[in-house]
Amino acid sequence: MKAPAFGYARPASLAAAFELLRHPGAKILAGGQSLIPTLNMRLSSPDLLVDIGRLSELKGNSLRQDVLRIAALTTHAELEQSAQVKKHVPLLAEAVPHVAHAAIRNRGTIGGSLALADPAAEYPAVAVALEATICVAAGSGERRVPASQFFKGLFETDLKPGEILTAVEFPVAKGADRSAFLELTRRHGDYAIVGLAAHNGRFVYLGAGDRPILVEGAASLESTKVNLKRTLKPPADLYNSSATKLHLAGVLLERAWNRLTTSH
Amino acid sequence: MEQAHDIALTVNGTQVRRRVEARQHLVDFLREELGLTGSHAGCEHGVCGACTLRVDGQIVRGCLMLAVQANGCRVETIEGLSDSRELARLQKAFHDKNALQCGFCTPGMLLAAQELVLSARKPSREEIRQHISGNYCRCTGYQAIVDAIEEVIHG
Amino acid sequence: MGKAELPLHAPGTKVDRGYIGQSVPRPNAQRLLQGRGAFVDDLRFPRLAHVVFFRSPHAHALIKKLDFSRGLKSPGVIGIYSGTEVSRFCTPWVAVLGHLKGIKSPPQHAVAIGRACWQGEAVAAVVAETRAQAEDAAALIEAEWEELAAVIDMEESLKGEKLVHKEFADNICFSRSLDTGGVDEAFAQADAVVEETYHFGRHTGVCLEGRAILADYNAAEHSLTVYHSTQAPHMMQDIFSRHLNIPEGSVRVIAKDVGGSYGIKVHVYPDEMATAALSVMLRRPVKFVADRLESFATDIHAREHRAKIRMAVKKTGEILAFDLDDLTAIGPYSVYPRTSGIEGNQVVNLTGGPYRHQKYRARMNVVFTNKNVTCQYRAVGHPIAVALTEGIVDKAAAKIGMDPAEFRRRNLIPDDAYPYTFPSGIKFEKLSHHQTLRKLLDLMSYDELRKEQKQRREKNILRGIGLAAMIEVTNPSPAFYGVGGARISAQDGATLRLEPTGMVTVMCSVTEQGQGTEGIFAQIAASAVGVTMEKVRVITGDTGVTPYGGGTWASRGAGIGGEAVLLAGRALLSNILDVAAKILNAGRDTLVVENNFVVDKITQERKIPLEELGRVAYFRPDTLPMNFQSELTVTRHYTPREYGFTFTNGIQASLVEVDPDTGFVKLLKHWCVEDAGTVINPMLVDEQIRGGVVQGIGAALYEECLYSPEGQLLNGSMADYLVPMAGEMPDIVCAHVETPTKQSQLGAKGVGEAGTAGAPGAIMNAINDALAPLGAQVTAMPFTPERILRALGKA
Repeated sequence: MKAPAFGYARPASLAAAFELLRHPGAKILAGGQSLIPTLNMRLSSPDLLVDIGRLSELKGNSLRQDVLRIAALTTHAELEQSAQVKKHVPLLAEAVPHVAHAAIRNRGTIGGSLALADPAAEYPAVAVALEATICVAAGSGERRVPASQFFKGLFETDLKPGEILTAVEFPVAKGADRSAFLELTRRHGDYAIVGLAAHNGRFVYLGAGDRPILVEGAASLESTKVNLKRTLKPPADLYNSSATKLHLAGVLLERAWNRLTTSH
Repeated sequence: MEQAHDIALTVNGTQVRRRVEARQHLVDFLREELGLTGSHAGCEHGVCGACTLRVDGQIVRGCLMLAVQANGCRVETIEGLSDSRELARLQKAFHDKNALQCGFCTPGMLLAAQELVLSARKPSREEIRQHISGNYCRCTGYQAIVDAIEEVIHG
Repeated sequence: MGKAELPLHAPGTKVDRGYIGQSVPRPNAQRLLQGRGAFVDDLRFPRLAHVVFFRSPHAHALIKKLDFSRGLKSPGVIGIYSGTEVSRFCTPWVAVLGHLKGIKSPPQHAVAIGRACWQGEAVAAVVAETRAQAEDAAALIEAEWEELAAVIDMEESLKGEKLVHKEFADNICFSRSLDTGGVDEAFAQADAVVEETYHFGRHTGVCLEGRAILADYNAAEHSLTVYHSTQAPHMMQDIFSRHLNIPEGSVRVIAKDVGGSYGIKVHVYPDEMATAALSVMLRRPVKFVADRLESFATDIHAREHRAKIRMAVKKTGEILAFDLDDLTAIGPYSVYPRTSGIEGNQVVNLTGGPYRHQKYRARMNVVFTNKNVTCQYRAVGHPIAVALTEGIVDKAAAKIGMDPAEFRRRNLIPDDAYPYTFPSGIKFEKLSHHQTLRKLLDLMSYDELRKEQKQRREKNILRGIGLAAMIEVTNPSPAFYGVGGARISAQDGATLRLEPTGMVTVMCSVTEQGQGTEGIFAQIAASAVGVTMEKVRVITGDTGVTPYGGGTWASRGAGIGGEAVLLAGRALLSNILDVAAKILNAGRDTLVVENNFVVDKITQERKIPLEELGRVAYFRPDTLPMNFQSELTVTRHYTPREYGFTFTNGIQASLVEVDPDTGFVKLLKHWCVEDAGTVINPMLVDEQIRGGVVQGIGAALYEECLYSPEGQLLNGSMADYLVPMAGEMPDIVCAHVETPTKQSQLGAKGVGEAGTAGAPGAIMNAINDALAPLGAQVTAMPFTPERILRALGKA
């Protein structure tokens, strides 16, 4: 399981990175926690890895009045340890410990996770639940994409070739907000069988489709369950049939509902 | 076409300069180029934890990091941390409780455990189990490992 | 008779057991703790080449064409070789044995010729300067295939409409039938008959160190040295010699540190044979290490069974008869040299094992498929036999309204019934089922747990308690393999040498893979000779150094290797006393050796230190009588003879909580009470049990090699194949009963596989106990949430 040969470059600036990304067969390397396994298994053979892992433009979080802007290269471990995240984006803070294991959290980044858009990943569902904004940059300038429009399909996002995800902006939690993150895994740190990022009336599932799937909360749990059955068509995986996944999604809904409706 | 890249890093306190292929991951670099065979490759896709190393003070999966990414970094392996005696308490506890059998997972397990020991947390047995749940051991069934870590942390 | 001659376990004697029975930490663990071990991939050799195998992507296909031309131009490539080319240096093998009547298997080559029979089978070998370069070249090989019908499902294979091998009339590798007679009558007399069909998912060992071999051929001497991650170096020496046509004495196999094996590494693998053949062909060292994806596809799999079991009982609970029909699916070849018929054979031999009954009928078929090969994996057959037996026992107990512990109490073979012959013909020397049952129920506070279970059920919390009694094969005699014609040694030897400085070197033919073999040999040797442990060094795993023997398998290391060490230790002690008597001009019977000194038996006065005795014996023999020669190196061998297999017994319990909403099972706790005879190191024994239990948990809840209907392995990576990790495992309480075997002075039986044998059955029973109030049960391992939810009618 040795990776095929590829070129490697570490640009010193974002501008230099854009230049390198014009090369056909170029791929972005940030934390590498998802990319490098695919290279070792020879599932992908890029010509050139563009290592953006030390670009200062992609580091550093900032809090404005109602938005916490988290830079793309913030690692899962940094999110886990951040008092700002815990206070202002509690749903994200609740999701982080579910990401893999400590050694991977030390290197993997939020930008990498959002850009990869693994349907079983935690952050895309959190971003959609919180109606976050994904910030994207290219040589030509920046643009902002609402999370609900960013995740388009299986490992498919709105990122165009040559673009780099630079940050994600989460609305800061208000007093009346209620959120809960739940995930079902056979073993701690596994990819979720199914998971749920719930925020106020928005129930966003991971592991239940090719992208985060929003189930709108209704007035009651029962009617929300009806929405669930109508909306969710989870594909089977190696161990769980579609029916099982749907059933588990219902269980998570009930558990999240109970948490959200219990006063703090 | 593939190029070789010059890297300079510190490994177990020693300055090292080498020319490497971009595709070589860090644990292969340490094993093949530097002869530091104490870190092991068990799966090469980041799941088993046998390759757990310390880079710039944090544990990482050596198979999920390219050697070129370690340029300018401070790398510590089981050999260095043994010689510096940083792991001595854990190693003694592991030895006394037989928290290893074949030894293949052990360097990675010790590195992972040490991060918990250094964190100044006071974890429960359950939390110790969760912390090492990214390190596969087939021989011990984990209990003796948990016992050893518990003893070092809680005395 | 002096103390040196008594068995260690002789009752009523004041035998000084020394280190025996003490939880001494293993001396050879220190290097592993510092990452300073020597696994095969750690070794460095000049001109070392690496081999990678081009493997069939199809489950069954003719190899129409292999084009190596692009690969040969790839940087660093030394050569690319087809099966035909490799076969010029390595002859094929057929894995059959004489005592498995009617077993059949076609010849297998090191690299497939003409036809690939499972996805992952090697069809070409690529040798290059580095592993990465070899993989680059392998990616450039062009192959043309003609896909053939693949036989994947075991029932379909048994029907035989599609054949795995055209040269055979059917797909049956091996069949076994057993009938004591009177079975139908027993069922007719029964007050209750229970029956169930159980499924066991194919799974595999997942050793953290992949299979690894480094073969170093010396063309000048026509000799071969193989550094091999193997459990049985002498067996491999014989096989390399015969198949590579190199004289046995010119083949040396060395097993240094082995990163886990559990039976996976006691078999002959074609890609490993090819590696050795390539070293001979290329006249340079060649290394192969199976990477993780290769391991999943080509390490032996095991335990794919569909078993229907019936049991007849009286309303008093007395078991009258068992009736078994077992079907198991192997790969396209029986695996060499132990055959793939043994696991099924064990299921027939061991079902019903702990219980008194005389009527038994069994039919068992082993069928070929186009999935990966299967063979012996830790506890071979026992996990199936125990789960079948314990599952049906619980069903019967429920049917007649009896507590499962009580049902077992009424049927376990009494502790004073020995020797006892079992319906399948096997003989038990002496077991302690009732003692272990009592100890278990006490240890786990069984009655309390039942009360608590009842209370929680009222709150809709589903807890389950599962028991599993077991018997286990250990310390096998030649009855296991030798009688069938296999060149697998059931005897082992130990050489002990007193060094001039008074240290003792132990060289033994049993091997170490982390279980603590070398540690216990040091304990035994030190105790037998009278030295302290830090004076002892142990060497195992080198055919050039140790006596000839069998290595590690079937839980034989302590019982057989340990006995050889003990016998050699006592013999060395005797020779030391001979020398001491001459040096001291004293009666031999007045002296003993204690704590590295020759000591007067009566006065306890230290006469001379062993280092002084060594100095005289080796460097100043001129000071000893003319006709006296010191013999301070001694070798002894041991073979268990009286019983075909030395059975042990044990009993396990599992406490679980099942979430009826998610189907998830939480393992709250696990217990194991085991009787393995004399316990040499309680800590090592407990740790073997714990590791074994967790492997059994893997089988019960997580592990299954999943194949598509076309024979593609679907989950062959660590991300998709689920092994037990620390977060979900329970604490495991271990306790012991000691019924030494009288076949040896040490009295030790084996224990390495016990945990794995009983855990799946205990967990299955616990889950079904938890689900019972809901009228649901599960019978197909692994018990995934999906299967539990389906049983509950929720998915």
